[in-house]
Amino acid sequence: MNYTFDFAPVFAAWPTLLEGIMGTLRMSSLSMVFGLGLGIIFMMMRMSGRPGLRTVAVGYIELIRNTPILVQVFFVFFGMPAIGIRLSGEQAAILAMTLNCAAYAAEIVRGGVQSIRPGQIEAGRALGMHTADIYRFIVFRPAIRAVYPALCSQFILLMLNSSLVSSVSAEELTYYAQTLDSQTFRSFEIYLTLGVIYLALSQVLSAVLSLIGRVYFSYPTK
Amino acid sequence: MIRQFGWGEFLFLLEGARWTVVLSLLAFTVGGALGLAVALGRTSKWKLLRMVTAAYIQVFQGTPLLIQLFFVYFGLPLLGLKVDVWVALTIGLSLHTSAFLGEIWRGSIQAVPDGQSEAARALGIGYVHRMVDVVLPQAFRIGLPATISFLVNLIKGTALAALLGLTELTRSGQLMANITFQPLQVYGAVALIYFCICVPLTYCSARIERRLNAAR
Repeated sequence: MNYTFDFAPVFAAWPTLLEGIMGTLRMSSLSMVFGLGLGIIFMMMRMSGRPGLRTVAVGYIELIRNTPILVQVFFVFFGMPAIGIRLSGEQAAILAMTLNCAAYAAEIVRGGVQSIRPGQIEAGRALGMHTADIYRFIVFRPAIRAVYPALCSQFILLMLNSSLVSSVSAEELTYYAQTLDSQTFRSFEIYLTLGVIYLALSQVLSAVLSLIGRVYFSYPTK
Repeated sequence: MIRQFGWGEFLFLLEGARWTVVLSLLAFTVGGALGLAVALGRTSKWKLLRMVTAAYIQVFQGTPLLIQLFFVYFGLPLLGLKVDVWVALTIGLSLHTSAFLGEIWRGSIQAVPDGQSEAARALGIGYVHRMVDVVLPQAFRIGLPATISFLVNLIKGTALAALLGLTELTRSGQLMANITFQPLQVYGAVALIYFCICVPLTYCSARIERRLNAAR
């Protein structure tokens, strides 16, 4: 092995990498929020009494969960312009990641909703509450609380998967790293640094999410 | 004259799908063997071994698969190995698989009731036989649904091989989309093929899980 490691060009480019980190965090956090919202809508369709709505939701969820996110990103970025919707790399990335996250979030949250004892929902109904109100005031918090760890790992996975959107020129961490690679040819050093950054990001994200969980779910259960 | 996306083009995608399947099976086999070692290390009685394997799993679960593949692809030449995309991808995906399966199987091994391995120990059965004949067969049953779900994730993960230039299903789709200028149909077809490969496995995994839950 006669290779001289040279991390200097990588560290010298720290402002670029920092911008990449911001891009990654921006796109993945937006997708998480939108994805959870859309996922809850799909979950309610999936659990609703109408067979039509249920079939649409199941079809969507299974389609997304059984195809690679890279193909979904390509489909949105390259396919959408064919039907007249032209999106920038970043918009396509956020849309694709939101659609992806929604399917997984729907299934996870459904697990939580099913863990709610039926008596609670019946009590809401007996009080004359509307389905939307039952979900809002009775079901959601304890349901999401029950599946919060699974939801968090899904979010972290989404953040890691956001590295793929560099392939449609959305400007996040991997995109900047690849640009840097083509300028300096220090591939090994760059990807090693990148691995360390992603590892740190996933640890930080995990800590932040568990902090949010601790604050949001800090109510007595008994 | 621009080529239209028709039957012949679809067959080209299927040709690519063959390499997706081959790559997935290769990585699953090699990664499975390594994963068993990781799982045994993770449940071993030596603290050092437990810590090393825990760190190994943490690294692979905390970094994107794409970066892991790039790292192997650019790292192997430094060790003086001549890299072919196939070799790099097989190694990269296998290492990734070993970490995830290692963690899944650790859970299954620990889910086998302690009494089983205590009883084996009381009968004077050594570590190897205790594992092979008593613990692992039971752990295998428990871990099967999660293992199959991971296989689905692995098949989806091989799509990244397209970004390193291996002509599997997704890369075939990229090429075809560039030739026909019909990205909507082409990527739709690509997604459909992945769907057809993955859905039976997903269904199988859910079925086995339901049956295990019913048995308990």
